[in-house]
Amino acid sequence: MTTKKRGFLQGAWDFFCSLKLTLFLLILLATTSIIGTVVPQYPNVPPEYIQSLSSSKLFLYKNLGFFNMYHSWWFILLLYMLTVNLVACSIKRLPRVWKIIAEPNLLFDSGLEKSLSLTHEFKMTGDAVTLRDKMTAFIKAEFASPVVTEVDGMFHLFAEKNPYCRLGVYVVHSSIIIIFIGALLGSYFGYKGFVNIVEGSSVSTVYDPRTEKPIDLPFAVKCEKFSVSFYDTGAPREFKSILTVLEKGEPVPGYVNIPIVVNSPLTYKGITFYQSSYGPAGEGAVYHFTVRERKGGTPVRITVRQDEKAPLPGGGYMHVLEAVPEVKAFMPQLSGAAAKIETVSAGGALQQLVLFQNYPQVDENRGGDLIFTFDGADEKFYTGLQVAKDPGVWVVWLGCSLMVTGICLAFFFSHKRIWIRVVNGRVTMGGSASKNPAGFQLIFDGLVEKLKKL
Amino acid sequence: MSSSMLFNVTTFSYMVSMIIFFAFLATKNRTVGLTASCIAYFGFIVQTAAIILRWRESYAMGHGHAPLSNLYESVVFFSWTIILIYGIIEIKYKYRIIGAFVVPFAFLGMSWAQLRLNSGIEPLVPALQSNWLLYHVITCFLGYAAFAVACGISVMYLIKVKQEEAAGNAPAGGIIATFPPCKVLDDLNYRAIMIGFPLLTLGIVTGAAWANYAWGTYWSWDPKETWSLIVWFIYAAFLHARITRGWVGKRAAILSVIGFAATIFCYLGVNLFLSGLHSYGGGK
Repeated sequence: MTTKKRGFLQGAWDFFCSLKLTLFLLILLATTSIIGTVVPQYPNVPPEYIQSLSSSKLFLYKNLGFFNMYHSWWFILLLYMLTVNLVACSIKRLPRVWKIIAEPNLLFDSGLEKSLSLTHEFKMTGDAVTLRDKMTAFIKAEFASPVVTEVDGMFHLFAEKNPYCRLGVYVVHSSIIIIFIGALLGSYFGYKGFVNIVEGSSVSTVYDPRTEKPIDLPFAVKCEKFSVSFYDTGAPREFKSILTVLEKGEPVPGYVNIPIVVNSPLTYKGITFYQSSYGPAGEGAVYHFTVRERKGGTPVRITVRQDEKAPLPGGGYMHVLEAVPEVKAFMPQLSGAAAKIETVSAGGALQQLVLFQNYPQVDENRGGDLIFTFDGADEKFYTGLQVAKDPGVWVVWLGCSLMVTGICLAFFFSHKRIWIRVVNGRVTMGGSASKNPAGFQLIFDGLVEKLKKL
Repeated sequence: MSSSMLFNVTTFSYMVSMIIFFAFLATKNRTVGLTASCIAYFGFIVQTAAIILRWRESYAMGHGHAPLSNLYESVVFFSWTIILIYGIIEIKYKYRIIGAFVVPFAFLGMSWAQLRLNSGIEPLVPALQSNWLLYHVITCFLGYAAFAVACGISVMYLIKVKQEEAAGNAPAGGIIATFPPCKVLDDLNYRAIMIGFPLLTLGIVTGAAWANYAWGTYWSWDPKETWSLIVWFIYAAFLHARITRGWVGKRAAILSVIGFAATIFCYLGVNLFLSGLHSYGGGK
């Protein structure tokens, strides 16, 4: 290897080992992430938004991937750089930390003593062996079981607590990599899809909004029924689909008539179905009306489908424009079903009417020649289901739990070490902690007080 | 007695506590300081009772959910957690003066909630009907509160450092002399963030777990999620700044203030200015 090449490699290594790079990347990630919260993101970019941008802005946004910012090459590059940075930093620092854990400094020599901020020396009666036993028992009872080493008639005691908490930060670093691996697994081997199923029918393909392609399921899902309920305030209370899983057209035992609601999905063969939206199936709905003429006569019952014309007494016809099962969401003071219809008289005059199932007098008070009542609908709904398969999700959860564990190890535990040197008539004690020096000083002072009373 | 009456008592207590804390800044009188924090704790106890009472009222109305479901309830809970974290730090580290920079946050929150927000108890929409709501909201807000306390401490730090720089090495006089030493403020800032950062991490993880359970995606770069990650990045930068030469002290304190600003934007700004999945923006 030429020196120039080595110089470059060394330079690259130093660059990636630098904490300043970490700070730079974290702050850059924080700042650039804002873009995607302001610019609408694919696949939910409204065409009006695109039109509102000037052509140069649009050019810039498109080329910098602002409409799918979190998957743009430069954002991914930043994430990769952060990963390399934290791996490099860990590789550089871990051996030193591991040495502190695996090969602790067992000898309390003068060099170590000078490096410690907490030391105390005592005069004690007794020879070295007696004092060694006394100190061993003391530190075992008050702190932790010590390792005793003899050098030239001098005894060195070493005791420690929580050495492994020093690894906490590396646990956090590796957890980030594990989460990334989980996310990659999910994006390569999983998918997010969407499907609408009309009540009574079944599907075996779902639609992927990202690739805009259908995905075949290894089974079929049938929506037996969909229902929605509301609170008195008009706010929705529950969206519920009753689902049945079908294999080769046959219901799968244990997966028949399973209710799913928001926050309670159904999983079969690693694929999960989430209640997401709903709507009227449209063509499947049948509406019932009664119409009578104000001047008298027998009321006529009308049964009509959406977009179907129904003849009216005295000529003309009506058709349904729109209907809702519960009007409360739009008009909180009312309740029950409502329908918006259009009537066309024999003379061709158009009129739009809103009819409420629970308030038939409304149309009577309108004063028209014909009085309509809405008797309800046999309406079919479709249920909108989010469909997800993510084999990487457990890797992500593993990463998340490691991260929380690592952070707690790193923040709330401290590697505490006590050294004691014993010679005839004299005992020297020193200590250090990886965290919270003030807290450790209290512990150390407590040990000193107790030793004085021995 | 209703919960809203108790919330009024709480708001009033925090206001009185704040004023007495300012008097404490001016007089440096220990009794004044003790009175200020005692009144804050009184407010805290009343608020605790009020939250429990509101929870019970929600059951009496047939809704039966924890009072953490809309903007009003979350602001009230945020104030509560701020005083809780302040109390923990005050009792543990004995620096009462921090209250002067922290209680105002709690007072602001309570008065905004009481004066401007819709305080009605509403039933839960389907998206929020989950036990994850409790875990997610509690962890997030405890984290936010720790960041609020850290921000208060950082402001004190920056004021003190500026004064010391201006006065050379001469000891600072006046009100600022009552502040803990810079080293202590820096340490307290770190300790507050040490409480906040794991809680924020847990908050993001519980949010991701909930999203995965309810929608099948643990991360969808929704503005709220993204902003919580931005906050996480900033405090991660803070934690690394403290071990980087040239970043210790002032820059770290500035990061802590920016971090809290981002936290507030994550909490309120996202709902007011951006669109997303978090429902309580509708409570306005």
